[in-house]
Amino acid sequence: MIVFFYDKTFGGLLSALFDAYTLKRFPALLLGEGEIPPLHAQINHTVSSTEEKAERVFRAVRNKLDRAALKAVKYAWFSESTGSDTLIFRLLRKALESPRVLPLNYGDSDTRAIMRLSRQVSCEKEKMMGFLRFQETAQGIYCATMAPRYNILPLLIPHCRNRFSDQQWIIHDVPRGFGFYFTGETILPVTLEKSSLPGGRLDEALLTEKEKSFSALWKEYYKALAIKERSNPRLQRRCMPKRFWTYLPEKQG
Amino acid sequence: MTEATMNKLLILAAAAKYDVSCSSSGSSRSGRPGDLGSAAGWGICHSFADDGRCISLLKVLFSNVCRYDCAYCINRRSNDLPRASFTVNELVTLTLGFYRRNYIEGLFLSSAVVGSPDYTMEALVNVLRALRIRHRFRGYIHVKTIPGASRELIYQAGLYADRMSVNIEIPSEANLKRLAPEKDHSSVYRPMLFIRQGLEENREARKRFRHAPRFAPAGQSTQMIIGATNERDKDILRLSSHLYQGPALKRVYYSAFVPVNRYDSRLPALTVSPLARENRLYQADWLLRFYHFRADEIADDAHPDLELDIDPKLSWALRHPEFFPLDPHSADLGQLLRVPGLGLKSAERIIRSRNHCILTRETLAAMGVVMKRARYFLACPRSNFYTIHEAGPAFVRKALSGKKPPREHQFPLV
Ligand code: SF4
Repeated sequence: MIVFFYDKTFGGLLSALFDAYTLKRFPALLLGEGEIPPLHAQINHTVSSTEEKAERVFRAVRNKLDRAALKAVKYAWFSESTGSDTLIFRLLRKALESPRVLPLNYGDSDTRAIMRLSRQVSCEKEKMMGFLRFQETAQGIYCATMAPRYNILPLLIPHCRNRFSDQQWIIHDVPRGFGFYFTGETILPVTLEKSSLPGGRLDEALLTEKEKSFSALWKEYYKALAIKERSNPRLQRRCMPKRFWTYLPEKQG
Repeated sequence: MTEATMNKLLILAAAAKYDVSCSSSGSSRSGRPGDLGSAAGWGICHSFADDGRCISLLKVLFSNVCRYDCAYCINRRSNDLPRASFTVNELVTLTLGFYRRNYIEGLFLSSAVVGSPDYTMEALVNVLRALRIRHRFRGYIHVKTIPGASRELIYQAGLYADRMSVNIEIPSEANLKRLAPEKDHSSVYRPMLFIRQGLEENREARKRFRHAPRFAPAGQSTQMIIGATNERDKDILRLSSHLYQGPALKRVYYSAFVPVNRYDSRLPALTVSPLARENRLYQADWLLRFYHFRADEIADDAHPDLELDIDPKLSWALRHPEFFPLDPHSADLGQLLRVPGLGLKSAERIIRSRNHCILTRETLAAMGVVMKRARYFLACPRSNFYTIHEAGPAFVRKALSGKKPPREHQFPLV
């Protein structure tokens, strides 16, 4: 069994494809650097990931996959789920060896698995587009914290930049511990200190006065809207799972 | 934001909550650097209320001080209710404050008739103008046109709004006049016509000048109340399909009648509202718009009302066994769409994949096609399913009916 080790970046994955074609050996398993290979591994190769290799492979792949497939690969990657890299590796290899643009074939189990992952990630992203909540700080920055199931923050940025282009904002992924800050002009990486995030939510002492009245208005509006006789908590939880509630002002006491 | 705003918000949100169409879809507008907002093309749900309905827009009335007295409406003049009206500034501050916090996709604004139709319509236009021009707001706006408002004001509203609606409310004019003596169908159809003309002129203008201002890019919609009067489903569907044939009517909403104003003897004495019927009408409407069905195929003189225990597509299929079974390898899209249980996505997936593999029952299931209903209507190789002919329509009906239809959450209301 051939095992490749790589740095767990997308560039690294593309570099692994490059190395595989150079060595004419294809891994059955991809592992992160430092992970323990299974006992029956015969060949272990550590991929050195370079931009040049990644770039060359990407250019070749781009000619063999249509836009929908490329998007699916990108989204499946951000699922960060175990084995998704191996799946992507196999699909990209099939694409590279296909004489023409590889059609999205639902009869193929790798394609189906990637489509499923991509759908889950895309669904999480869409949910987050709705459930993200900004709070205005005393400095006038709109700040949102969240804990999505998949690593969708990078996928969310273009939408927020487009929509909230006249305000400064920060979006912070609490469990993954990183975030982005939009200055009004550019996007910069930021990390919020744990001390200012009690329970994952921004410390109330940092908010403007106005913030309280807006969230109070929203909460009341939210309550007024529900039709009491038709209360349907199961449907509500299916559409808006509880894991999002921590960050929704309308669901705070 | 004061206590007073809070009170108004509560009154005017409660007054608007029985109105359907939370949908914020149909308009796609990218953001512009330095301006606030964009429209996503498909609606984004920002929250779900305790009754499970999607909340996408800030849906409020500008005012609930009404001079009319429509029998089916909670805000009618003769009801003793707390009344309130917003100021333009209050409403603008609320909308922008909510939008910046990502609570909402935009605003759904409507109003009772305060003073006169034109006076009210002008107030609505002022709100929209302040949002779009003064605050350069690019989020979604749906405005409900006031019946009887003048062409000029409707035209102005259309320059700022994404979607406009004029509610028919009662499908036949005689019944409308009986329940809402101050209204008639022409007070509804004339604004509809104005909007339609605005849309057509705009389409022409944009051919010549690419930058001509857009007029209600998400088109117009309307709403009918179901069960307050005696129209049959075939009449309602005929009206809907007629409306869809005109340009730019994007959606007809059906709202099961909520027995408000029980004291009014012109209304039927319902104890529950006809939700199952509302749900079947939405399904039938879906068939009209996306599945190439004609209204008279779904309901006609022989079958004037939709069946409540099975969906309208299945109902049609059981009446037309000669159309089936279909071979998924060769049937065209239009035919596949008539198979009960097959949606647009599954049908497209079948067509996209069938050149690469044989569609057995297993491959279909792996593709995500739900076979529960489709199995009786598809001829799959090596399948041991009974077809509709082998099992007989009566058996299939029994096997597939009985369970309560799932209610889709975007179709509200009491
Ligand atoms: S005009 Fe509108 S708000 Fe007034 S009573 Fe009739 S339906 Fe209700």
